[in-house]
Amino acid sequence: MTAAAPVVTGIGVVAPNGLGTSEYWAATCAGTSAIREVRRFDAAQYPSRLAGEVTDFEAADHLPSRLLPQTDHMTRLALTAADWALADAEVDRETLSPFDKGVITASSAGGFEFGQRELEKLWSQGSEYVSAYQSFAWFYAVNTGQISIRNELKGPSGVLVTDQAGGLDAIAQARRQLRRGSSLIVSGGVDGSICPWGWVAQLTSRRLSTSDDPATAYLPFDARAAGHVPAEGGAILIMEDAAAARERGAGESYGEIAGYAATFDPKPGSGREPTLRRAIEQALSDAEMDADEVDVVFADAAATPDLDQTEADAIAAVFGERAVPVTAPKTMVGRMYAGAAALDVAAALLAIRDGVIPPTTNVRPARRYPIEMVIGEPCRTPVRAAVVIARGHGGFNSVVVVRAVNRKEER
Amino acid sequence: MLHQSIELQDLRRLLQESAGTEQGVDIDGEILDTEFDDLGYDSLALMETAAKITQEYGIPIDEDALAVATTPRLLLNLVNSG
Repeated sequence: MTAAAPVVTGIGVVAPNGLGTSEYWAATCAGTSAIREVRRFDAAQYPSRLAGEVTDFEAADHLPSRLLPQTDHMTRLALTAADWALADAEVDRETLSPFDKGVITASSAGGFEFGQRELEKLWSQGSEYVSAYQSFAWFYAVNTGQISIRNELKGPSGVLVTDQAGGLDAIAQARRQLRRGSSLIVSGGVDGSICPWGWVAQLTSRRLSTSDDPATAYLPFDARAAGHVPAEGGAILIMEDAAAARERGAGESYGEIAGYAATFDPKPGSGREPTLRRAIEQALSDAEMDADEVDVVFADAAATPDLDQTEADAIAAVFGERAVPVTAPKTMVGRMYAGAAALDVAAALLAIRDGVIPPTTNVRPARRYPIEMVIGEPCRTPVRAAVVIARGHGGFNSVVVVRAVNRKEER
Repeated sequence: MLHQSIELQDLRRLLQESAGTEQGVDIDGEILDTEFDDLGYDSLALMETAAKITQEYGIPIDEDALAVATTPRLLLNLVNSG
């Protein structure tokens, strides 16, 4: 018998279409898009000019001044999301021993805007002008470290770097640490590198949309699909061992992380089948669930024809053709790399809570994709279990199954 | 550049610009003999502040000496001793 699935007891969201879980969720169910022209720098001369930016965030309103000189924008977002998630779970410094609480987040880049500014000082003014905080502020693990320090979380900690799959891989690593005896892990991911340095790095993937029309720039599973819009933001989740959560008197949880699997694709041109289908099957098997018990799939939604085909085929192969509702609320905000899948898990848990599947926006599904999408309007329906898919550049496939907690067992 | 001297008020500003202020610390209070640790400033915060002093006032600060300047008074003495 496998150990009881960990539960999610707190959610903190920072998204382009909503700061805080309730704002984000209301906007997402209403289909509110936040894709706009890049504002954080002048992108006019770049091939891609649209982004999903968190624009109404005033760091000094949320964080002490001590943290501001040493943090990138995306770390400030992460620290704030962590504060909100911990408050939501009613966890503070007095809750549990510091060594029973850890932090495991995902990252794809680090604090690139901060890093770019300091590197500019290095070549224009000299090394003595580079901030001492550059030593960690740019780094992949910086959000994990800062969340750990701010909240005295001294248990097992780390960072997962697998592009968009990272949000799920971090949750899986948190689950491993809970099974090894930790009581609580702060997980998920907040990401973003909307600055010239981050932008040119992302452009090399050749997967960025070059459209100037926010309504048609990011159209997964649509015949017009031509890449994605980059975004910043994500979600921080409080994951707890179910028994430990009961013991500390935690409130009702959002749901449990019932299953997970990760696969790696064969080398392009090898002729072998992509492995996403296997990842979905193994995650269901890990959750001890059948495909027909899943009420919704949150798609990775890459928005390039080949990747969309692979994903749609994998979903159809596991669940049947057009047999399960598929959605991609990230069409409203863009792809936020390590933050995206964590945000999708948050959305899946909220879908379970409220019995509503948030819509995919702007997309007219192409007939060649054998999936049924929730388009334009939210779908009101009981949701007991959801599958979240995330893929990282270079062949990473990860799948998480979230499930409503069986209230009887919880008691 | 000629060496200048800096006052406590300058140091307060430099600390705040370089590393902010810890919650619950009154940086404008009697801090001259308070340990930097108790003011919420770690070694990185002091390195950052020292770099700023050098940039603004042209006063070089020895790293080993910085490490033992554990209060604002000791740091001011170090900076102003030329």
